[in-house]
Amino acid sequence: MSPILSTQNLSRRFGPVTAVDGVTLSVAAGEIFGLLGRNGAGKSTLIKMLTTLLPPSSGSAQVAGFDIEGEAAKVRRVIGYVPQALSADGELTGRENLDIFARLYDIPSSLRKARVGEGLEFMGLGDSADRLVATYSGGMIRRLEIAQSMLHRPQVLFLDEPTVGLDPVAREAVWEHIIRLRQSFKTTIILTTHYMDEAEKLCDRIAIMQQGKLAAAGTIAELRAATGDETASLTDLFTRLTGNAAEAGGGYAATAGTRQTAERLG
Amino acid sequence: MPQPPAPARPPNGSGKAMSIQEKSGILAAPLSYLQKVIALTGMDVRKLRHDPTELLTRAIQPALWLIVFGKVFAGTHAIPTGGVDYIAFLAPGILAQSVLFIAIFNGISVIWERDLGIVHKFLVSPTPRTALVLGKALSSGMRALTQAIIIYALVLLLGVEVNWSLPALAGVVILVLLGAGLFSTFSLIVACIVKTRERFMGIGQVLTMPLFFASSAIYPTSIMPVWLQWVARFNPLTYEVDGLRNLMLAGGQGGGSLPVDFTVLISTLALLVIIGGRMYPRLAV
Repeated sequence: MSPILSTQNLSRRFGPVTAVDGVTLSVAAGEIFGLLGRNGAGKSTLIKMLTTLLPPSSGSAQVAGFDIEGEAAKVRRVIGYVPQALSADGELTGRENLDIFARLYDIPSSLRKARVGEGLEFMGLGDSADRLVATYSGGMIRRLEIAQSMLHRPQVLFLDEPTVGLDPVAREAVWEHIIRLRQSFKTTIILTTHYMDEAEKLCDRIAIMQQGKLAAAGTIAELRAATGDETASLTDLFTRLTGNAAEAGGGYAATAGTRQTAERLG
Repeated sequence: MPQPPAPARPPNGSGKAMSIQEKSGILAAPLSYLQKVIALTGMDVRKLRHDPTELLTRAIQPALWLIVFGKVFAGTHAIPTGGVDYIAFLAPGILAQSVLFIAIFNGISVIWERDLGIVHKFLVSPTPRTALVLGKALSSGMRALTQAIIIYALVLLLGVEVNWSLPALAGVVILVLLGAGLFSTFSLIVACIVKTRERFMGIGQVLTMPLFFASSAIYPTSIMPVWLQWVARFNPLTYEVDGLRNLMLAGGQGGGSLPVDFTVLISTLALLVIIGGRMYPRLAV
């Protein structure tokens, strides 16, 4: 089966800094694929390139058969994206938040209302649909955003740190919804995360990024086999594969951004 | 509170993958473009409906200009207005000022949307970049129209004779939309360059007053020193004020010609929207 997403030597430089350095990977249709790494490892930059937000400096990538540079407009029609920051608009209701994106994705008016309603129900937000999002909890906002990104039934969904800053109960709820979403829509999901339990719970395969490069990729069992420790936890594997480079990367800006998100979550 | 997941409900008929039909026909693309612009504007209008306080507090400043500044200067007869009462002369200038002030801080809301990640989601969607920019421009236009209504009410109270003919009113609406679109898009471009609120606020302040004073808003360009007249000639606000002065007042008191005013405003807006469309993706980086 041909992969639904693949990259070849994908790189992105910002001046002297190489944020993503020659990444080659492929993801099969229907997979939940996790990108792990410390702050500044290049996860978000990689996601930005795959979602057409940022042109690569070199290398290439295809999503659902379309080239991210030459066919960016086509890529945009078949992907969904939930950025790391809580990006639902607090000054609008949940329903209005979905409605605007249904329009931006050209969902015909005959389908729009039903599609928005379904999205809200599916994410367990039916009762709060007409409240201002400013009154939502962090977990509800996250689920609303996932509903927002699924309105056009994308083939590939990108989630950038979907549970950052959420309390444990809210995280579980978001996980449940991600799993059900894959079951119902067969969506391929690419997510970045810092949390080992999240990766173990959700991901079929993971890739570990370090300083812009892929340090390892595979199922957790494969990574265990590769390190020769069949009982290693994912945390152990992570530490071993990233060379225990404590506090590598994660500059001021990245930390400030995460804190900002966490503060908005209250 | 986080809620337990709702019972799994597989999507029904409308949930089939990729069921979005591509409309065909020559008009499909421009129609979809226009619908998106209106959708983006509609979103901002709904926000204003949820919380209209901003629009009311913004009305205070033009009221002060007309009632205090206008009354004082009307008494001096120091400004040559071509025989018009100074309040009447000032009214279109203050409307143009409101349009400028409400539009020039559009960049702040753009930066806010960037910090939230809303800009990223817009850019990942299949929406033409210029439609995103034009949507914002039209939102500013809608805000500016609310100010126009308030200023018309003030002007009536102050006894200014207004041109109520339908074409004149329609012309004022179009001028307000054009002016707000133009300055808000200019502001968006600045936001794309500076990217942070702090830097933007500084630049916004620096830009606003020169644009205002180097225009015919509160005095005719004829009394300006020659160098300032040249600046005014390249200032879109001058054309906004002239157009409004022609159309808003009974008897038409503008300095320039309406076709020139409209041509300058439309072509500047078009140019800025194209530049804005190029610049907007920089916000995601």
